[in-house]
Amino acid sequence: MSQHPEAPASPPAQAPAPRPGRFGPFGGRYVPEALVPALEQLDEARLKAAVDPEFAAELARLHRSYTGRPSILTEVPRFAAHCGGARVFLKREDLNHTGSHKINNVLAQALLTQRMGKRRVIAETGAGQHGVATATAAALMGLECTVYMGKVDTERQALNVARMKMLGAQVVAVEHGSATLKDAINEALRDWVTNVDTTHYLIGTVTGPHPFPEMVRDFHKIIGEEARSQILVEAGRLPDAVIACVGGGSNAMGIFHAFVPDAGVRLIGIEAGGEGLESGRHAARFASASPGVLHGAMSYLMQDEDGQTVESHSISAGLDYPSVGPEHSWLRDSGRAEYRYAVDGQVMEAFQLLCRTEGIIPALESAHALAGAMEIGREVGPDALLLVNLSGRGDKDMHTAATYFGLLDGETS
Amino acid sequence: MTATTSRGVGEVLARCRAEGRAALIGYLPVGYPSVEGSIEAMIALVEGGCDIVEVGVPYSDPLMDGPVIQAAAAAALACGSRVDDVFRATAAVRAHGAPPLVMSYWNLILRRGVDRFAADLAEHGGAGLITPDLIPEEAEDWLAASDTHGLDRCFLIAPSSTAERLAVVTSACRGFVYAASTMGVTGARTSVSGAAYDIVRRAREVTAQPICVGLGVSTREQAAELAGVADGVIVGSALVRVLAGDGELSQRLESLRELVAQLAAGVREGVREGER
Repeated sequence: MSQHPEAPASPPAQAPAPRPGRFGPFGGRYVPEALVPALEQLDEARLKAAVDPEFAAELARLHRSYTGRPSILTEVPRFAAHCGGARVFLKREDLNHTGSHKINNVLAQALLTQRMGKRRVIAETGAGQHGVATATAAALMGLECTVYMGKVDTERQALNVARMKMLGAQVVAVEHGSATLKDAINEALRDWVTNVDTTHYLIGTVTGPHPFPEMVRDFHKIIGEEARSQILVEAGRLPDAVIACVGGGSNAMGIFHAFVPDAGVRLIGIEAGGEGLESGRHAARFASASPGVLHGAMSYLMQDEDGQTVESHSISAGLDYPSVGPEHSWLRDSGRAEYRYAVDGQVMEAFQLLCRTEGIIPALESAHALAGAMEIGREVGPDALLLVNLSGRGDKDMHTAATYFGLLDGETS
Repeated sequence: MTATTSRGVGEVLARCRAEGRAALIGYLPVGYPSVEGSIEAMIALVEGGCDIVEVGVPYSDPLMDGPVIQAAAAAALACGSRVDDVFRATAAVRAHGAPPLVMSYWNLILRRGVDRFAADLAEHGGAGLITPDLIPEEAEDWLAASDTHGLDRCFLIAPSSTAERLAVVTSACRGFVYAASTMGVTGARTSVSGAAYDIVRRAREVTAQPICVGLGVSTREQAAELAGVADGVIVGSALVRVLAGDGELSQRLESLRELVAQLAAGVREGVREGER
């Protein structure tokens, strides 16, 4: 892993006028006109819900009695021995119902769907975690549900496809383009523009047109709010660094948000370095990309000279996306957060290490944050206090991991 | 705001109106089946009777397009079509007597630089831009560049547009207002939706600009129906489908001319609103 070099980027063409839905120059609403009324309706509904005690009470009840919040904080000393002796705490979003942080946002948006009088939700999914969470919320609230998933991802995350179907969702395998997350989003947007009267597009991360990046962050900020109080109790002080993996960036925004005003706390996002930058097969947007527009928002984007999207790559489907949430772009350019990347080999090492030292099987996405913690711990030294967002559990990744470590042939590593 | 510019589509639309008919606007993507082939096909559109050619720029993530145009765009990119090729196409279309309007997703224009794209377009005979994923609120740079370089700017309206949105969007347009006939993506449909008439009627309440209707039109009959209410009829996927057919390119171009001639007859059969 390495520190990102200075971005080769030129500033985005749009002037950074202060207006709603912008994070500095990033964000915005680059969408077909047909979707604007739905985005305005959603913005109105979520702003109304934000000040409605009934909405807050209903969501709190679901968090407590359905999701299992607050999620616990676990100190991992045996793992931390490989992080330069730093103290390491994991925020256990993997213990939420459905196995990741995704449920936080999904339950809230499903409640909004009901409030808007819509009866159908659609979603995109990469690793399948957001799709499973959406199918779960749809089952719970009696909504019709269609999940778009790249064909490549349906193959590497077959277990999650089965879970979504068990929950009553229709899963559409998207075969064109790179057949991964970005193509699933294209197809979901096409569905939405066709069925927008009855359908809410339940976007699963902090990307997309305004108000999605801000709204999804707000539905996940509970992660950081809980973790901040918990670590003050457990360790008696704020952490030196908060570390999270960044695909679209929802778990990272969720845990970062409460710490943004704490200037002494480093916020560190770990992107997927894939097979390494020189291979071209990665999703390290901040190390290689420049500002552009994809899926409704201006943000850092992997693109060629003409502005065509360049396909990303990661061993973890959930980080395999060529752009990143616009607020991350702003946190990065404004210097408040740092972004690094971990390559597949480092990630698999961290993945195995957490299994073997702590008896916790992380999602491959979250293993990127663990690889980051190993490096940052070594840099900072034994006095460091690190908080890592363990955004999901690794059950879904068993096939990938077992293949990687040769366990399917009866070999051991 | 001026209703058109000297290199814009206003003159052609006015001429069609004077002839008591709607204009026919045909869409094809650059680079399909090849760059040369696509330019020949655009010329065939003009020869067949298109009044305006919509020059599509292939994009990796065409979220407003249905399967036919998606496949053509993917094929165009796979065979190495570049944004630069667009300007060869616009120059060729202009040389054959029709104004070319470029239809492009926004990131391709951002990447080149909005002003540079506009300058290149103006230099190569372009009439303006149709921007399917750009709303006027995000278009500050394009509003300025289109004024500087004298280009038309066609923003879209849709059946879901509220009266307030219609006013905002149509007042930013120059050349014509692009009305999506239905909610959804590009692609031929069996009938013209009632929403098409409704959106044109509602738009006329807030603007005096010409209104052209697209999405789903594939036949002479549909063209005639829409010509009764709209100032122009836009046909895309149906033309691309002919180009995607079997046989030699020359045969497909012949089929393309035939379809365009049918559609051109259709826009002349429209019953104007007052006469219905």
